[in-house]
Amino acid sequence: MDDCHAPEGSAAASDTKTHLVAIVGPPNAGKSTLFNRLTGLRQKVANFPGVTVEHHMGRVKLNLGREVFLVDLPGVYSLQPRTEDERVTHDVLSGDMQGLRKPDAVMLILDSTNLGRHLSLAAPILSLGLPTLIILNMADDLGRRGGEVNTEELSKQLNAPVALISASHGTGVQKVVEFLSEAVFHEKPKPPLAQLPIIYDVPKVRDWAADIGRRTNYRPPAPPLWTRRLDGIFLHPVFGPLIFFLVVLGVFQTIFAGARPLMDGLQAMIEGSGKWMEAALPDNQLRSLLIDGIWSGVGSVVVFLPQILLLFLFIGVLEDSGYLSRAALIADRTMAKIGLQGKSFIPLLSAYACAVPAIMATRTIENKRDRIATILIAPFMTCSARLPVYTLVIAAFMPDKPLLGPLLGTRATALLGLYILGFVAAVITARLLKSTVLKSTRSPFMLEMPPYRWPTFRSLGLRLLDRSKVFLRRAGTVILGVAVLLWVLSNLPLHDGKTPEIGDSFAGMIGHAVEPAIRPLGFNWKIGIGLITSLAAREVIVGTLGTIYAVEGTSESVGLREALHMDLTPGGAAALLVFFAFAMQCVSTMAVVRRETGGWRWPAIQFAYMTMFAYAFGYLANRLVTAWI
Amino acid sequence: MRVNKPPLDDNSEPRDLTTLRKGESAVLDHIDLPEDDARRLMELGFLPGHLVTSAHAAPGGDPKVFRVDGSEIALRRETARHMFLRRAETQA
Repeated sequence: MDDCHAPEGSAAASDTKTHLVAIVGPPNAGKSTLFNRLTGLRQKVANFPGVTVEHHMGRVKLNLGREVFLVDLPGVYSLQPRTEDERVTHDVLSGDMQGLRKPDAVMLILDSTNLGRHLSLAAPILSLGLPTLIILNMADDLGRRGGEVNTEELSKQLNAPVALISASHGTGVQKVVEFLSEAVFHEKPKPPLAQLPIIYDVPKVRDWAADIGRRTNYRPPAPPLWTRRLDGIFLHPVFGPLIFFLVVLGVFQTIFAGARPLMDGLQAMIEGSGKWMEAALPDNQLRSLLIDGIWSGVGSVVVFLPQILLLFLFIGVLEDSGYLSRAALIADRTMAKIGLQGKSFIPLLSAYACAVPAIMATRTIENKRDRIATILIAPFMTCSARLPVYTLVIAAFMPDKPLLGPLLGTRATALLGLYILGFVAAVITARLLKSTVLKSTRSPFMLEMPPYRWPTFRSLGLRLLDRSKVFLRRAGTVILGVAVLLWVLSNLPLHDGKTPEIGDSFAGMIGHAVEPAIRPLGFNWKIGIGLITSLAAREVIVGTLGTIYAVEGTSESVGLREALHMDLTPGGAAALLVFFAFAMQCVSTMAVVRRETGGWRWPAIQFAYMTMFAYAFGYLANRLVTAWI
Repeated sequence: MRVNKPPLDDNSEPRDLTTLRKGESAVLDHIDLPEDDARRLMELGFLPGHLVTSAHAAPGGDPKVFRVDGSEIALRRETARHMFLRRAETQA
């Protein structure tokens, strides 16, 4: 795939300077749809320096081989920033953004079905004095519902070109492309500014917008009947929660069970190709590094890709259709009890599959404190990588006896207990955070309910592609580094030119070194090694223990169960389960938290907090079980 | 909950947004919240003098969706109770 170059890259070829055009608009006006329509695959995600806000940059090809760069800015209602996202938009437009120069032109995209209110944003944008195209989106909706607007008159009133388009259907987009060539390649004297109101006074701006609306014969469309009908069902006092529950169950089932065959397939492919390479390459250290280190190390993380894609497909459909806002509304009261809000619900649910996509999904939460709190508690949810560890340890130490008839056995109860344990830790942590460092400063919860719309394949496809790139780049950098490091730790130093027994390797040395520290939890040095290797992904400990005990390293392996049962006390086993329930123990999660919070501060705090939490309760579990038995 | 309030007379307390029943409309009078919160609410359409209609709600009645200036915005009770309605006689 053609990766987009940075603005200072090759694009300068056809012109002396590259042109930058910003897309601005209120939330839900269709900015991203237009951006995707114009740039297609020629786009990339980036973060501005120092802020956590992600933005998309893309190229638009114009005639004569010329092109302009587009930057898609976070949605704003005005240029009075309240959130970090809004500050980014404000700073970029005023030329104060580090790492990005002031745009040459602006495309202001407004929802034509709600022009009365949306036009208010034209006042502060036009007062910037940049060449501006006013784009009235959702033209199809406007026409269908019997609304209209005189675009020529609007252009006259605002002293700026106006285009009535439908970004999702592509109608009118040609006009936007023409504007881009006009605005940046045919320098014209700046048009005089339209008569603008004082932009700090909201009622005055709204009156101005209403006046412009009247002069341009704006007739607002009839209310969206289908949206009202659907809300009658989706927000029905009885059916609403029921449908919500079914949707949640669907998401859960899909990312859990639905992704399974795909993940197994991918796993088999990675293992198969590893075996094939093993046969093709000469037996030496390099082969071991390549296959045991890099291939299976990175592979153990890449297998989560199907789960991540399915989750984002779900979230994409929910978000683009407008249901996500309704789900957030329904979940809000429950989430408010732990100090969070409705929008935290879907990310936390996703964390039961894997914390990495869950943390990426917190983007939909505008409130920064709520977002960080959600990120910090997400890894407490029992992710699927913990399951093999739980299965192994429970099976090794607990006979499967029926508890509640044939339905619920001791093992299932223990597993369920661990799920509840993680959830309780998340709730406690959320309350702790929200009543101290992340206390919301009386910021009220306001959530717009957009009209229901059909999601388009184009936008869903681009979103999936985008998320996969972000995830695979992570796998290709941080996780690759960790895989190599772990291989070095478990395969060096060489003894007589041969790979050492794992007990004599660096990892073994570390295991022995940390043994005094983990002894209170009932762990020995072998578990110590497992704790180190499981940083790559939690389930890796199963394979490591297999190597150490020289038996087959799977959670179904009877040999491994017996070896573990001989080597570990019941107290130590309980501590191991509790430790895995609470400890962060996952480099991928740390890497994604760093990316999403814009620095190492939060992941470091999170790692320290979770490890201490895990250690304290692991110790407690060891003592309790030892005393009880 | 103040559901069956008697008709308002001039000396009564002004009604807040939470007292609107589903489908009922009234004109917003003022917002009694810190300035930047009030500003954001106004940007979303909650402008004094504009009509607000109560629409659907989450189960349990909180948060509630209000129709205002062409959009639907959900607010929690804790916010809506600081937003006051114009007295009945001035309602259109």
